[in-house]
Amino acid sequence: MSVTSQSESGIKPQKLTSGPGTLLVWLYGVMVVGAVSRSAVQISTEFGHAPLAYSLSALAGIVYGFITYSLVRGGEKARRAALVCCAAELLGVLTVGTWTLADPSAFPDATVWSDYGMGYLFIPVLLPVTAMFWLNKARRAAA
Amino acid sequence: MLDALTVATAVAALALAAWCGFAAYRDQPTKDWHFIGMAVVSLLATVQLIVGIVLLARGEKPDQGTTIFVAYLIGAFACIPAAGFMSLAERTRWGSVTVAAGGIVLAVLQVRLYDIWGG
Repeated sequence: MSVTSQSESGIKPQKLTSGPGTLLVWLYGVMVVGAVSRSAVQISTEFGHAPLAYSLSALAGIVYGFITYSLVRGGEKARRAALVCCAAELLGVLTVGTWTLADPSAFPDATVWSDYGMGYLFIPVLLPVTAMFWLNKARRAAA
Repeated sequence: MLDALTVATAVAALALAAWCGFAAYRDQPTKDWHFIGMAVVSLLATVQLIVGIVLLARGEKPDQGTTIFVAYLIGAFACIPAAGFMSLAERTRWGSVTVAAGGIVLAVLQVRLYDIWGG
């Protein structure tokens, strides 16, 4: 196995939190706290105002939580599970983002994924793409 | 009082982000001096948390609700220490990138705190 000088991932291929993984875990952690606490407050205080939006935020929080857990856990199974969730997340952001632009009346209040995550500096749409690159690289390093 | 602290914390957080971003650019992990910088920023966030709670105890009300205000205060308080511990575990440039990202997140939280308080 040839290890390039810059590539740390070649040494411990299945440790998903090393190198760029640290940044991913941090950003996913932030998104978990953001989405879960936001939906918890909104669902407990004003659920009737925008049930669809708040439920979607809660769902986003759960997906983020699972990806964070998978990254920290590491290993091939967790890597694949995280990959699937990242794809689901990307699909969710794109669907909800388009939906909020096409039919704003369905969303009296914003979700984490509204307008492709604009309220969160577009992190929701950038994060899954970056994470999928990283997870693929981890597999190639392992092979 | 709170507004001044919010602005000071936001500026300090951005400075920390730039500093750690520079360390990452030079391919360096976070060093002792960076941790002192993180401590200063965390101290500001701690003071902000205390001042915020005191203001609430005095009966002042944030524009957008007490729950959200307290949640953001706690988030701001935990932000840099969490990133700092991760950079302790990751002794490469990526630890520095993580702290830089933490600084940016904290600055965004400060902007939101300002709105929530109704500055």
